[in-house]
Amino acid sequence: MSIYSLWGALEIGLIFGLVALGVLISFRILRFPDLTVDGSFPLGGAVAATLISAGMDPFTSTLVATLAGAFAGSITGWLNVKLKIMDLLASILMMIALYSINLRIMGRPNVPLISDPTVFTVLQPEGLSDYIARPMILLVLVVVVKFALDWYFATQTGLAMRATGSNPRMARSQGVATGRAVLAGMAISNALCALGGALFAQSQGGADISMGIGTIVIGLAAVIVGESIMPSRKMMIATLAVIIGAVLYRFFIALALNIDFIGLQAQDLNLVTAVLVTIALVIPLVRKRLRGKTGGR
Amino acid sequence: MKFSTSAKLFFGAMAVMGTLAPGIAGAQSVAVTSIVEHPALDALKDGVKQALTEGGYTEDKGLKWQFQTAQGNTAIAAQIARKFVGDQPDVIVAIATPSAQAVVAATKTIPVVYAAVTDPVAAQLVKSMEPSGTNVTGVSDSLALEKQVELIKKVVPAAKRVGMVYNPGEANSVVVVKQMRELLPKNGMSLVEATAARTVDVGAAARSLVGKVDVIYTNTDNNVVSAYESLVKVGTDAKIPLIASDTDSVKRGAIAALGVNYHDLGIQTGKMVIKILKGQAPGTLASETSDKLELYVNPGAAQKQGVTLSDALIKSATQVVK
Repeated sequence: MSIYSLWGALEIGLIFGLVALGVLISFRILRFPDLTVDGSFPLGGAVAATLISAGMDPFTSTLVATLAGAFAGSITGWLNVKLKIMDLLASILMMIALYSINLRIMGRPNVPLISDPTVFTVLQPEGLSDYIARPMILLVLVVVVKFALDWYFATQTGLAMRATGSNPRMARSQGVATGRAVLAGMAISNALCALGGALFAQSQGGADISMGIGTIVIGLAAVIVGESIMPSRKMMIATLAVIIGAVLYRFFIALALNIDFIGLQAQDLNLVTAVLVTIALVIPLVRKRLRGKTGGR
Repeated sequence: MKFSTSAKLFFGAMAVMGTLAPGIAGAQSVAVTSIVEHPALDALKDGVKQALTEGGYTEDKGLKWQFQTAQGNTAIAAQIARKFVGDQPDVIVAIATPSAQAVVAATKTIPVVYAAVTDPVAAQLVKSMEPSGTNVTGVSDSLALEKQVELIKKVVPAAKRVGMVYNPGEANSVVVVKQMRELLPKNGMSLVEATAARTVDVGAAARSLVGKVDVIYTNTDNNVVSAYESLVKVGTDAKIPLIASDTDSVKRGAIAALGVNYHDLGIQTGKMVIKILKGQAPGTLASETSDKLELYVNPGAAQKQGVTLSDALIKSATQVVK
């Protein structure tokens, strides 16, 4: 595997680390099965790419894209909390609506950013190649987001959100406005996904309407891989674990792309990725079993 | 290819040396990527390989050929682009818009030949169809729509309202629809649009056109081509003539199609790759469009859809589908 592949996997992994943090909030903390992600990730890309190609500076564009994601997430939350639509269905409705909305925003299915300034070209230090600079910039950003979330979930509102997820009835009896907590959580979750989408579009040469396909699957895989390699109930470790999970997942794909023996071909990529992830998930189990035996039960 | 890790390192080192000392025989490599695999794109890829073989570039003679598909996922397309940049091939061939954008965003030095991109300028791969001066050139699969409108007139001379079914999420289709919107009024016709965001919507979209159009024209929209049979059913039931843009659809029930042969497009792309392998800079090569169009007609389908094809049209066809 070449150094470019590795840096590339780190870069895309860190972007999906933001998605994984969003999925952690919806699926794990709020226990809200949220598929909006498949729409909010391209929403972020669509808003950022459209604004940048219209001449707005990339930072403001990325910020607006993130806010758009927050808005989309809060609508999903609103559909569920206020209109009493089942959580999964509410998110599906929002996801399919966003497909049309994204097309409306972009005005066409593909908005290229190859020759426009992006947050990466602006921040790139001189003398550092772009393939190293981009993951470095992302690493700083993702670490900042991680600590911001850790801090937030230790505040009173953050704790109230966690209580809402683990036991809504108990939370309500303690005076937590659970509806508001769900809305806020969904907004934060989808804001992170949209931020990921905005950065993805800027690092990959543009936004495409198809860029959201399967985002939730990758986000969930990252969360589960992260949790199984670093199981913990501590928030700080959980946020770190899902970021590592997202990066690992991309490394597995990079690895799968480089597996060209035993007759494996290009179309086997997804299968190879699935097998590699399965192995990663099974290793802790096997280790535990082995330890159990030597421990002499 | 079967390489041990040490051999891989060795070849990696060779590739680096190859870039330092261009022209070393046997060190040449071509990396091909495609956003998805489907019959047209596969035919294109095979065409590239055939052109290389005919030009004397075979794996026996030391050509390193690799193919990767993103399986429809843009994030994987991005990772494939990075892998290719790391592999340092002599030429990267990128098939379809998202794959081409990912590759062009990842390298400013390795020669890139795009293929099957309908509007490479709008996709910002090149500034114009002239020689780019950058590391990018390629072959567009855009069709000269004037010829398509001529075909519509030849098949259905009385047509005033032209219907189009397409996926609003496909960049290539949106380009064609936009051009048709301007071109048809110049020819005394109007465009009626029906969108199908998923393949299962194609039939319903076609039905919505019944009574509003005299003919249905479709481009190489992936959704429409995948579900062409549902369009044929509507065309036959409501006696609306169908005109397609890919020759395969004629075998499936369209009356006529004047289309690009994707295998030939691949050969054209492959010839461009050979020029670069021989030392020409990609920036000096102008982007190309297809130089060969094929007309397929289906008189049986014409009868079912209520029109009769003129003998002149049938005679001018590359192939008459029985």
